[in-house]
Amino acid sequence: MEILVCIKQVPGSNKVEVDPVTGVLKRSGADAKMNPYDLYALETGLRLKEKYGGNLSVITMGPPQAKAVIREAFAMGADRGAIITDRKFGGADVLATSYTLSQGIRKFGKFDLIICGLQTTDGDTAQVGPEVSEQLDIPCVSNVRDIKDADDKNLTVDMEMSEDIEKVKISFPCLITVQKDINEPRLPSYKKAKATAQREILEFTLKDMEDTDEKHYGLSGSPTQVQRIFPPNHEKSQETLTGTGETLAGTIYAILKQKKFVA
Amino acid sequence: MGKLIVHQDKITDIKALTALCPFGAMEDKGGKLEISAACKLCKLCVKKGGGAVEFVEEVEAAIDKSEWKGIAVYVDHVDRRIHPVTFELIGKAKELAAKINQPVYAVFIGSDIKKEAEEVLHYGVDKVFAADNELLKDFKIETYTKAFELFINMVKPAAILVGATPVGLQLAPRVAARFKTGLTADCTVLDIHENTDLVQIRPAFGGNIMAEILTPNTRPQMATVRYKIMDAPERMDEAKGSIEEIAINDSVLTSRVEVLEITKKPKEIGIENADILVVAGRGVKKKEDLKLIEDLAAALGGDFACTRPLVECGWMDAKRQIGLSGRTVRPKLIITCGVSGAIQFLAGMDHAEEIFAVNTDPKASIFKAANYAVVGDLYEIVPKLTEMIKAGRAIL
Repeated sequence: MEILVCIKQVPGSNKVEVDPVTGVLKRSGADAKMNPYDLYALETGLRLKEKYGGNLSVITMGPPQAKAVIREAFAMGADRGAIITDRKFGGADVLATSYTLSQGIRKFGKFDLIICGLQTTDGDTAQVGPEVSEQLDIPCVSNVRDIKDADDKNLTVDMEMSEDIEKVKISFPCLITVQKDINEPRLPSYKKAKATAQREILEFTLKDMEDTDEKHYGLSGSPTQVQRIFPPNHEKSQETLTGTGETLAGTIYAILKQKKFVA
Repeated sequence: MGKLIVHQDKITDIKALTALCPFGAMEDKGGKLEISAACKLCKLCVKKGGGAVEFVEEVEAAIDKSEWKGIAVYVDHVDRRIHPVTFELIGKAKELAAKINQPVYAVFIGSDIKKEAEEVLHYGVDKVFAADNELLKDFKIETYTKAFELFINMVKPAAILVGATPVGLQLAPRVAARFKTGLTADCTVLDIHENTDLVQIRPAFGGNIMAEILTPNTRPQMATVRYKIMDAPERMDEAKGSIEEIAINDSVLTSRVEVLEITKKPKEIGIENADILVVAGRGVKKKEDLKLIEDLAAALGGDFACTRPLVECGWMDAKRQIGLSGRTVRPKLIITCGVSGAIQFLAGMDHAEEIFAVNTDPKASIFKAANYAVVGDLYEIVPKLTEMIKAGRAIL
């Protein structure tokens, strides 16, 4: 089975603030990590590879420093890695990102199964996976919480819906996005990290793509436009309560009683 | 649409300029400023860079927006059980449509759905477009996308709202990619301009920031909204509007996905449906101390929940997590204990009717969302409050 896992480097912390006076975006800390949801996707892929054989490749898109997450995937057991990187890909929204990824995937190889994490912790949209599947014209099942079975043509999975679990069979090539409940990701191995330290990471830029029209990538290829960013505003009637623990408990109790939450 | 151009000759202080970028996307490459793929086009460097970085707008072939009319809502259902987010979105769609004086549509994809489509007419839509076919009985990404595509081509709606449910989260992106149009996830506020541009506001950059997003050059505009964000209209006794069929040929409904079996999920923890919630945050120091939170919840006859870090520590089930990556709740009363109030958390609960926040830090951002900012130690307040509630009950 040829498996591809899409991974992303995300900020280590989500502490972003807008300075209320200057309107400047303040981002604390430059540390970055692999999107936590992608670890479950990787683990899913590694287990399938171990059971059914084949290769596990990973692909990421981002600035050159995002190669760190590919190295991490190597240390977990991934066989091949590629990064899609070009300044012209900057500022991409969901559509442009998924288009760029699909172009990179076509360039990278032929895969039976593409696995994505449910969502990222920075974009939080959960939309890139399904959009990639459309761009590649392959079927997709999101929200997978268990892999039931596989043969050389199909994969059977449990998809979680609001009130039901649907057992579905999906034919290769296909894309799935997996939930956090699906497994317990392994830790990267130091031995593997050392053994793969020199392993080549392929790099794809705009000129390597099948479609080299700049207009389809980055900000130019993004139909959505951010008009402005602003700190959240909470307009509510507010009261600040201070005092000792005992007084505060008494005050809260009195309000709850007045509002009929307690008898 | 556009790009950044660097005027190297106008750079006076390259260090100060690179420091401006909150994403670390500007680099000093031997005295030459380069912008890397980390760029998010926030254009801060354009505003604050003293002319060294210029943003060049590219003029797009404009679409004729007058050809796209009406606000459509996807009727989210599994086996004809309509998800309540559908009615909330109809409520919002009516409000938006009234502003631009255009109709509200519902698009209903399924099998044998006449009765359910009639039900939707009780919520004040002008038309329900029904793709009714045996092959559409189960949700399958390819057949549902095809039916959706036929609807869009037939009706040409200006905007489409979809519930951020397990179905909507697969279907909306697939449709958006097919039409090469914009899709904004998890909008918390929606408004509309006179030219039918949908104003989509959502928490962004994974941080304490809201972003206002437009899809100005493509149609239809698409947005997903979570359950319990918008208000559902009252059901009217009388049905208004009409049902129109979307003609669909069996031959286009092919699928590489097969649904083998559908089983009901076991009864789950449902913090979404709780009227009263007590929430533990990082101010709770040990796992054992969660008992304080659970006891207060029990005394109030409510349920308990937590923030993301506690789930990450393995202290509580992920199903009890409130926030963007957890559940959205809308209880009548919520008491947060030792919760600092990250934007993702607030987005999941700030529609609660009464918010009490207990935190020792008077500057905690949770206090901005709270109706009652209780500056104090949860370890002193919570047990005392539980005791008082229990005693109050005992007297009665």
